[in-house]
Amino acid sequence: MLRKTRIILAAVFYVLITLLFLDFTGTLHAWLGWTAKIQFLPALLALNVLVVAALVVLTLVFGRIYCSIICPLGVMQDIIAWLGRRGHRNRYGFSPERKWLRYALLALMVVTLVAGLVPLAALIAPYSSYGRIAANLMQPVYIGVNNLLAMAAEHVGSYAFYERDVWVRSWATFGVAAVSFVIISVMAWRGGRTYCNTVCPVGTLLGILSRFSWLKIRLDTDKCTGCRLCERNCKSACIDIKNRKVDYSRCVVCGDCLDKCRFGGLTYTSRRPAKTADAPSRKVGRAEVDTSKRAFLLGAVTAAATAAIAEDKVKFDGGLAKIEDKVSPERQTRLTPPGSMSARHMAQHCTACQLCVAECPNDVLRPSTSPGTFMQPVMSYERGYCRPECTRCSEVCPTGAIKPITRAEKSAIHTGHAVWIRKNCVPVTDGQPCGNCARHCPTGAITMVPLYPEAQKDGGKDEEKSRLMIPVVNEEMCIGCGACENLCPSRPFPAIYVEGHEVHRKG
Amino acid sequence: MTNIKKHISRRGFLKLMGGTAAAATVSLTGCKDKDLSTEDDYRNQVEPPKGKMTFRTDPKTGQKVSILAYGMMRLPSEERGSARENTSSPIDQEQVNRLVDYAIEHGVNYFDTSPMYCQGMSERATGIALSRHPRSSYLIATKMSNFAAENQTREKSIEMFENSLKELQTDYIDYYLLHMIGGSGMEEFRRRFIYNGILDWLLEQREKGRIRHLGFSYHGDVSVYDYLLANNDKYRWDFAMIELNYLDWKHAKDINDQNTNAEYLYNELDKRQIPVMVMEPLLGGRLSNVPEPIAVEIKRRAPEKTVASWAFRYAASKPRVLTVLSGMTYMEHLKDNLLTYSPLVPLNEEEENFLEQVAKKILTFMLIPCNDCKYCMPCPYGVDIPGVLLHYNLVKSEERLPEDRRHPDYARYRREFIIGQNRAVDEERQANHCIGCGQCVPHCPQRIDIPARLHEIDNFVERLKQEL
Repeated sequence: MLRKTRIILAAVFYVLITLLFLDFTGTLHAWLGWTAKIQFLPALLALNVLVVAALVVLTLVFGRIYCSIICPLGVMQDIIAWLGRRGHRNRYGFSPERKWLRYALLALMVVTLVAGLVPLAALIAPYSSYGRIAANLMQPVYIGVNNLLAMAAEHVGSYAFYERDVWVRSWATFGVAAVSFVIISVMAWRGGRTYCNTVCPVGTLLGILSRFSWLKIRLDTDKCTGCRLCERNCKSACIDIKNRKVDYSRCVVCGDCLDKCRFGGLTYTSRRPAKTADAPSRKVGRAEVDTSKRAFLLGAVTAAATAAIAEDKVKFDGGLAKIEDKVSPERQTRLTPPGSMSARHMAQHCTACQLCVAECPNDVLRPSTSPGTFMQPVMSYERGYCRPECTRCSEVCPTGAIKPITRAEKSAIHTGHAVWIRKNCVPVTDGQPCGNCARHCPTGAITMVPLYPEAQKDGGKDEEKSRLMIPVVNEEMCIGCGACENLCPSRPFPAIYVEGHEVHRKG
Repeated sequence: MTNIKKHISRRGFLKLMGGTAAAATVSLTGCKDKDLSTEDDYRNQVEPPKGKMTFRTDPKTGQKVSILAYGMMRLPSEERGSARENTSSPIDQEQVNRLVDYAIEHGVNYFDTSPMYCQGMSERATGIALSRHPRSSYLIATKMSNFAAENQTREKSIEMFENSLKELQTDYIDYYLLHMIGGSGMEEFRRRFIYNGILDWLLEQREKGRIRHLGFSYHGDVSVYDYLLANNDKYRWDFAMIELNYLDWKHAKDINDQNTNAEYLYNELDKRQIPVMVMEPLLGGRLSNVPEPIAVEIKRRAPEKTVASWAFRYAASKPRVLTVLSGMTYMEHLKDNLLTYSPLVPLNEEEENFLEQVAKKILTFMLIPCNDCKYCMPCPYGVDIPGVLLHYNLVKSEERLPEDRRHPDYARYRREFIIGQNRAVDEERQANHCIGCGQCVPHCPQRIDIPARLHEIDNFVERLKQEL
């Protein structure tokens, strides 16, 4: 009964939270956002007292069912372990608790959180690990299937599906996701919940509470024949039949043992407290960090690029001019999404779960590659810009790193300001009138002024010259959305780009 | 024999006569005693009969109203053309009298004017022409045209009403309208009619019988229209005047973003059983002067009928319509309209579908005339110019442009437009990447102002994206 209930609930939770990460259309998060917001570490970072208290009470009453039902990484391991067990009966056994490792990692986690080094803690945090796996490994597959359907839909003139680009937003984060997936999978395949009971700091913390939980798996020493069937089927390796003990700090209340015991020796009840045993297990690998960046070379490269474009102008044979991919300028201050309040707030609250990155419909958000904010989201505008009607990242963020904002609020949050680079600007390089930045600025912060004021003064005799205008930015009105940078015709380096603000101003 | 003749065109009949003169003589002699002679045939083609006018009944007073109403906005001037176009020339009163007499003789009894028509001269001319007939033989419609800010005081507005009575030489107005509500939105309406208490004053005049029917004419901002109808219990509108024709019925939006489809306007009135007065049955002449291929197609169906007659039949075929206004400057227009309505032959379903097809064809003439020759390409900044224009044209010609947020399919059209555009044109090559340099313009054989069109489409798409 316990086992069945657990499996059903876990399946439902797992499917829902996974869908939350997979969906890119923005339709599901309104319904499923809560599945991320009830995760322990995000709730803690968001100072969501209600959720944290509820999870504490839940654990004090039922034991670590959080790990069996709510935590997607735990359920993922259960699935992998189940696959690994097939054809291998009774493959587990008791192992002593690796206290040292567990509590050291928990202490490390607490220290890093307090010190504000959240990205470090995020590496082993269960929810964000799962988020990275879902966003980096599963979502591309999901979008791939969607794109096949979109092709089919286009073929029959349907609009049910639309194509979405698949691209790796950061190879470093992708690597972390892939490596953690492999390590956790191998551990789960071979040893069940080894990760949860040796590495996972949330597991350790809840384990402290679950020792005192009201309901527990109780071993009836009178009925127990010592057959060890339960022990050999315990994926948490926490039943010590030799000493007739259960390690409640590691038991995730999966209920597998209850069904295995043929003598009714195990019950999930509130009676009789029992002592605990201890033991840790395997080492956990760490992903290597790739902090390579694209170089931002102004000047020579730009000149070459505009020359290449100029060649295309000559022929009028139809066809399309080549478009070079845009290159992101190296921003002196990184851009964090509106709602994140400041670079520091973001760094201290974000667990790098990638939910916002997976949701961002404009391909603006991507994981950071710099060490201090590793894997946390930053904005860049080569593929799109932070559109005025979109507040999706602020809606999904479970940790409060990006606080919920409305469209109206967004339009008044200054996340950065635009900077004009004269030598890239089309009126200067090509002698063509442009103004695309000013035309698309949602706050009207850009005004076009004459490039050659002298030419206008003498009555606009030199028509070519006097019609050329260049943008000037009113930094007070600029909100840093990047419409100008994204729609600037200068390629690969834009003639106007956005510098981030360390602290977002309002109004 | 007579039946056959009725069904052959004039030209065909002449040919037949030339070919077989003897036979024709025999047949004509044979026809002499019948109700139709050759002379009749000639005359009937252009001369409207008397006593055949179709009338509708005003539900309030039971009065008979001719389905054709005379609009006094385009009165003939002494020089040439209507006094509206030729503003320097005074109204040709003699001609007005002639037209009015002829109209009344043929059953027209509704005359619509306003203090501002023909530079303020229309009411007087109308009054002069009509006062030569017994007051009971015609119905007068005029309007509160207090558009100018200095006319919006209570005193000035009342003065305007009183002056109308004087000019029209009468002591009551049969149909009095709040002129062009919605023109500049709700606040303007309040300034014109609410803050100065004029609407209440007009309601009083209705009680006193100085206004027999109170209504309004509507253009522009539909919120004012909706507001007036929502408060119908309070105001009890006796009628309302709207633009109605086979283009505006379903396609007003295609002509101008700010417009509202006549279908919606009409149905709102129909729901409340408010009689409908129709203006712009020809959409400012655009439904009489249609593109040549369309004119041919319409003529083909009924060679003897004018292109305009279809539009008049269309408007009058709506059962809630009390009368259809036509500003007739020339006798030919008057005669043709009288012919159409003496009596009205309502459109059948098939004919109505035909006009809907015509409307769609007229609209295709309003598409961006890009024929994908690609002379404009390659755009040095990578825009797929024909790709963007043709996708827009395609959706527009399919009548699936998401323009009206109240449209039940708005959300679907919006999604389809955005997805469809991304399928048709790479995102990096869409209209928002047009920098407006204009290098393409001299290459376009259709003389399309490409940057202007692209920026319009860009604005349209931007609005779509922001309206979630």
